[in-house]
Amino acid sequence: MKFFGFLIVSLCGGLLLYASSEFPDWGDPDSPASRHLSPHYIEESLAETGVPNLVTSVLADYRSFDTMFETAVIFCAGLACLLLLRKYKPETDRYYRHIPTGVILHFKNSRKSLPVGSEFELMDADWVPYDLVIKTVCRILIPFIQLYALYVVAHGDFSPGGGFQGGVIFGSSLILLAISYNLRTAVQRIKERVLGFLCVLGVLIYAGLGVLCMFLGGEFLDYSRLAAILPADPVHVRALGMLGVEIGVGIAVMAVMAAIYVNIASAGRHDEGL
Amino acid sequence: MHWQLDLFILTLVIFCALAAISVKDLLSTAILFGAYSFMMCLLWAGMGAVDVAFTEASVGAGVSTVFFVAAVFRTTRRTKD
Repeated sequence: MKFFGFLIVSLCGGLLLYASSEFPDWGDPDSPASRHLSPHYIEESLAETGVPNLVTSVLADYRSFDTMFETAVIFCAGLACLLLLRKYKPETDRYYRHIPTGVILHFKNSRKSLPVGSEFELMDADWVPYDLVIKTVCRILIPFIQLYALYVVAHGDFSPGGGFQGGVIFGSSLILLAISYNLRTAVQRIKERVLGFLCVLGVLIYAGLGVLCMFLGGEFLDYSRLAAILPADPVHVRALGMLGVEIGVGIAVMAVMAAIYVNIASAGRHDEGL
Repeated sequence: MHWQLDLFILTLVIFCALAAISVKDLLSTAILFGAYSFMMCLLWAGMGAVDVAFTEASVGAGVSTVFFVAAVFRTTRRTKD
């Protein structure tokens, strides 16, 4: 079996390497890619869209339709993770800690539950006492990470970054919260319903902006039409449309990353995990 | 970027990839994938594709490593083969 795997891998790899010898050289000015479209993007994009970062203007304006479906793919990944892993039946094996005394109660196969509050605390089966240093450091770090994520989203027109990267960074700040405290705290802070709603909201913002452009008389995702409702000059409006789209992507990616982590780490139960 | 540095990073990428498929401990594999992504991120940055490097650093080296670790936490740590 291993031999066959090796054979298939080396066959495919050899074919790919053989095909790549036909490619034009890296940065070749005579290659088809850099003869027709690229000069237009490089020379005209700043004047047309008012966005200094070419990558963002190609990604979110010229090829906006493509990026919309990329966002939809991310959304589908989150949805598939939820459908495959989510279990709604709560664990019957439960551990409670009596907070004043520190005594731990173990409920085996019982439907009974204790009121969780100031007296009892639900805890993980493989619970470790939270480390004060880790908790404090993460508590200080998380707001800065989130602020940086917002900066990456908002500044995507001018510097590397954009909705996708900013969303991933924001999502990883939520994951850091779940790792440094526990999963229950993170799920309490940002509930499953909210996460699901944000996933949909992000994709809807993107598609909604496109439809809005259609209502204003343009084509799908033709941001220059937004000049009718935004108080800005027509070139700057395209940059603003890109920003709106990037915010949508950021929201969707953030929610999907957090949802995938919560589902994987708790095996779909949303109660205890890494 | 100097080609010596490029070659060194490429060697590390291939080393990480080979190590990731030969190691028995799945947690090490997750970390090796993270290292692999980080080396690729350096290569993208060297080519001037900063946006791609940024995505590789945040998605490849950051979040996907966490997902792998979470999946290992919920399954087994050692492979059978």
